[in-house]
Amino acid sequence: MTRKLNLRIWRGDSTDGGLKDVVVDVNEGEVVLDVIHRVQATQMGDLAVRWNCKAGKCGSCSMEINGKPRLACMTQVASFDEGETITVTPLRAFPIIKDLVTDVSFNYKKAMEIPAYEHPTELAPGEARMEQIDVERSQEFRKCIECFLCQDTCHVIRDHEENKPVFAGPRFFIRIAELDMHPLDRLKNRKRTAQEEHGLGMCNITKCCTEVCPEHIKITDNAIIPMKERVVDIKYDPARMFSGLLRREKRD
Amino acid sequence: MSGVFSPTRAKIKERTLRTDKWWLEPAITFGVLFSFVIYATFRAFEGANYFTEPLISPFYSPCLSQACVEGSTLFGWAPVSAKVLGFALSPALIILIFPLGFRMTCYYYRKAYYRAFWLSPPACAVAEPHTKYTGETRAPLILQNAHRWFFYAGLVFNVFLTYDAILAFQGPIEKGSKIMEWGHFSVGTLVLVASSSLLWFYSLSCHTCRHTVGGRLKHFSKHPFRYKLWTTVSTLNTKHQQFAWFSLAAVAFADIYVRQVSTGAWTNFYFF
Repeated sequence: MTRKLNLRIWRGDSTDGGLKDVVVDVNEGEVVLDVIHRVQATQMGDLAVRWNCKAGKCGSCSMEINGKPRLACMTQVASFDEGETITVTPLRAFPIIKDLVTDVSFNYKKAMEIPAYEHPTELAPGEARMEQIDVERSQEFRKCIECFLCQDTCHVIRDHEENKPVFAGPRFFIRIAELDMHPLDRLKNRKRTAQEEHGLGMCNITKCCTEVCPEHIKITDNAIIPMKERVVDIKYDPARMFSGLLRREKRD
Repeated sequence: MSGVFSPTRAKIKERTLRTDKWWLEPAITFGVLFSFVIYATFRAFEGANYFTEPLISPFYSPCLSQACVEGSTLFGWAPVSAKVLGFALSPALIILIFPLGFRMTCYYYRKAYYRAFWLSPPACAVAEPHTKYTGETRAPLILQNAHRWFFYAGLVFNVFLTYDAILAFQGPIEKGSKIMEWGHFSVGTLVLVASSSLLWFYSLSCHTCRHTVGGRLKHFSKHPFRYKLWTTVSTLNTKHQQFAWFSLAAVAFADIYVRQVSTGAWTNFYFF
């Protein structure tokens, strides 16, 4: 059954822009991305929108729908009230390129700053063995599709542009956690660099990253808080402080 | 202009375009926590009506001051003078820092009050009002890293409060008598048992507990017992928010109950 939908789409670029109202047909079962494509095909031929898989697995169609960071391909039009106007804007944490497309290169720069996995030198290729219970925590983080919705919603950079140079963001905290929890990774100073170089201490655990993650990764509970606790292990733990282990760790 | 109004970002004048009731949750959190703070402050300074044999308010336990009323101290131990630096100090104020510190630095409460009180942010994708943000990297918020210290102290307090709940299984040998005997069960017993049990659940579901029992390990397979503990605490941890609220409510109600019984407004009903 086809009905009419009131849609407001942000159109513009880095110089100017604003919300434009359109009325578009919508069919039963369609998602917001389908409707945007129909607008592009019938009313706004030059509308810029980034998309790819239409299955919630590529992370390309990240945008803000009624103010919430979401994947357009995974947002059912039926989840809104009939007659409700749906407002679609680009991600508001990143520089705008055109219409619904933003420049997310910040995230790729941050990715390059995270040191890679360091394999044990005594193990030749093919000799590494790990048990499932040792890797399952890290496997949760491998579900990340790099849609950067967590980065977009994180107020540390969304509301404070000046923090971008010193804050990696939740997507990269799960990367650091994944490596720090990896049974074979030999790089020793991930905890300290997470705190001192990647801005882990700036996170105030308000859990918005977890709320918007389309893969339902428990970013805060399973990655950020465990990493904060690991930092406490080496910097603020009472038992270690009293036993002098803290100083030894620093020397290492 | 910073944040969502930065010159490079899409030019949208609204702080948020959310159409749902995003303000409701922080508003409720603010109301409940603020009410608790007002009540707890009043009770901490009141310095009276916190003990009626065999019940003691969790706000005043362990009662360590020489100002504590007779029978309320732990094994008669009162190491703190009734006056500190010339000021008469309520016994609650001596110990308050430990449960208060534990809750203030709790990972769940941090989310709750950063959103509700400091609006940092008030809700997801709602622009915060602050122009500068350094998070928990400098004083005073760097002290949030002391959560582990308060966690250990909180466990000790749970032992004291559990002991208080056990003492509440006493009752008068006959109606109106001041002589107590074991084997009784009153509404007060129920209240203190519920309060101390919920405090254990709150402490054991804590993120620091989860980390301490096994979360810090890289090789679970080499530590099967700690892995089992970690999975158990991880299950509890998913309910940490609920335990935080229920235990807070239970402690507040336990204090209200003891106060009401102590002042004679309510009678502690004995089931047997």
